[in-house]
Amino acid sequence: MVVSRDGTLSSTEFYVAASAFSEQWRKFNSALRQWSWVPSPKRPWISHNQEEGYLSVENVILPELNEEGHRDGDLIEKEECGCAEEDEFIDAAVLIQNDDAGARQYDFHVVYSACYRVPVLYFRAYCSDGQPLLLDDIKKDLPLNSVEQLTRSRWLFITQEEHPQLNRPWYTLHPCGTSEWMKLLQHNDDSAAQGEGIPVDKYLISWFSVVGQVFGLRIPLEMLNLGGTQ
Amino acid sequence: MVMGDKGGGTEAQQYVWGGAIPLQIHLHDSEVTTLPPPPPALILAPRIGYLPLLVPQIKPFFSSSLPPGVDTVWFEYKGLPLKWYIPTGVLFDLLCAEPERPWNLTIHFRGYPGNILTPCESEDSIKWSFINALKEAAYIINGNCKNIMNMSQPDQAELWRSVLNGQLEVYLRVSSKLKLDIVGDDFSLKLNSSTSKSNQGVNDLDATGTTRTGRVPVRLYIRTIDEDTDDLEDAPAIGSWEKVSYINRPVEVHSEGKCFTLNDALKVLLPELFTEASSTNAHTSGAEVEGGQRSDGDSSRSPGETGAASNEHSQLPSDGAEIKLVRIQGIKPQLEIPFSWVVNNLMNPDHYLHICVYVKVLEPITI
Repeated sequence: MVVSRDGTLSSTEFYVAASAFSEQWRKFNSALRQWSWVPSPKRPWISHNQEEGYLSVENVILPELNEEGHRDGDLIEKEECGCAEEDEFIDAAVLIQNDDAGARQYDFHVVYSACYRVPVLYFRAYCSDGQPLLLDDIKKDLPLNSVEQLTRSRWLFITQEEHPQLNRPWYTLHPCGTSEWMKLLQHNDDSAAQGEGIPVDKYLISWFSVVGQVFGLRIPLEMLNLGGTQ
Repeated sequence: MVMGDKGGGTEAQQYVWGGAIPLQIHLHDSEVTTLPPPPPALILAPRIGYLPLLVPQIKPFFSSSLPPGVDTVWFEYKGLPLKWYIPTGVLFDLLCAEPERPWNLTIHFRGYPGNILTPCESEDSIKWSFINALKEAAYIINGNCKNIMNMSQPDQAELWRSVLNGQLEVYLRVSSKLKLDIVGDDFSLKLNSSTSKSNQGVNDLDATGTTRTGRVPVRLYIRTIDEDTDDLEDAPAIGSWEKVSYINRPVEVHSEGKCFTLNDALKVLLPELFTEASSTNAHTSGAEVEGGQRSDGDSSRSPGETGAASNEHSQLPSDGAEIKLVRIQGIKPQLEIPFSWVVNNLMNPDHYLHICVYVKVLEPITI
């Protein structure tokens, strides 16, 4: 079993983690939009194998907050777990729902960064008519505590970067702090106490448990437990 | 970057920092509201700088001709919007197959192509793009970017000003606090024997603070030319950024007694362009490397780790692809040159080595 000890992955390990993540997502979130692997475009003089590429889920409608702070139609299980990060997100402040807003859709891509040796979330959002959303409008979609955290944190913030595969501007959660908080997650894990890092095929579950929360997307408890205990 | 008593840096660094490209900048026809149209602006642009930094110099030439509206400045070369976050010298090396002097660019003050270029709202956008690249480089070299994150505001401002004003000496003094030294191999240390003592001193300090990764920040820009183009002068202009491949991948240097050359670095980044059998390629000229013929059949997959790439090769999809030209800071270096020398002397202020590679392929690329 290959493990990540310092919060980072090689690109081969990223492919393994991405395959495992999309399989687990399909198993536990079959009613939601599914992740798929998008291989890099082929260049005759650059190595082409299926391990080069990125993980993609598109046309996602974020769970909406109603006045009670619960999510309508949210198929993700709401059971509380002992994780401190979970507690922080569950106590979200109430947001007034804007019923006039049309459904906004999000594309999420998980791309490997060879520089930081971690996955990076690239995203963009658009209205039902295809008009792209600006960052200020995106922030209105996010849970209030996410916006606060993005403002305060030096390690979790949004920048606009060029998508490495698509050569277009996309928003991204900047990866410079990822390996540090992945190490923290590993230390919080029981199995990490035994000196082992997190198994590579569980890496993206842990990673998404932080990154997905920014958008109000939570991982079901079974999937999280699978990441934690095995 | 070479640190130490020579405050002004190496001779090569001084040439790099003093490097400039003559630009002849034309206002786009759609934005000309006067007759006759304004004459082009002649500007000398620092290689290590960024195009939007030139706007304060350029604007006075054209302001009386502009239509009403808010400025959103962007540059274009033969129809290709120019990515402002790529240093000017790299854009020139990549887009002008045969150096064009002066380099004729078109400037727009309206109609920013936001679907192609990330926004550039002010000098601060450029500064933060630069700082982000520096953080990335720091992470590659040290395994974290804490020295950048913890830079004081005055130091940050002074570092950026040194880039704006092309002040190598100030840059070296401020950036030495970031401890972004790339470990040289023995060959490099011998060449720089006069600084070896201070290098050891720096390493002593680093022993408590950070871990050397042995990785070098490299950004590779690859364009293809077809087989029939014998003269680079005849290479067609690049009409879209899809025609350029950009590889942002560090090079892991193995100091195993043998000198790690620029050729070795390119093998790590573009293993398919080098023959499987030979570790030392015969060269018809210093700047050209023959791809050679390879038999089809089972070959090991290309690994994800760049460090291991030198030991394995994937099957070459298109026989006969070869490196036609390598350009760094406007020069065509001999590929046998020690990579550590190239890095320490030809690096940009963002602590990246930007390499432009022209690859000759048998068929025109249709993407």
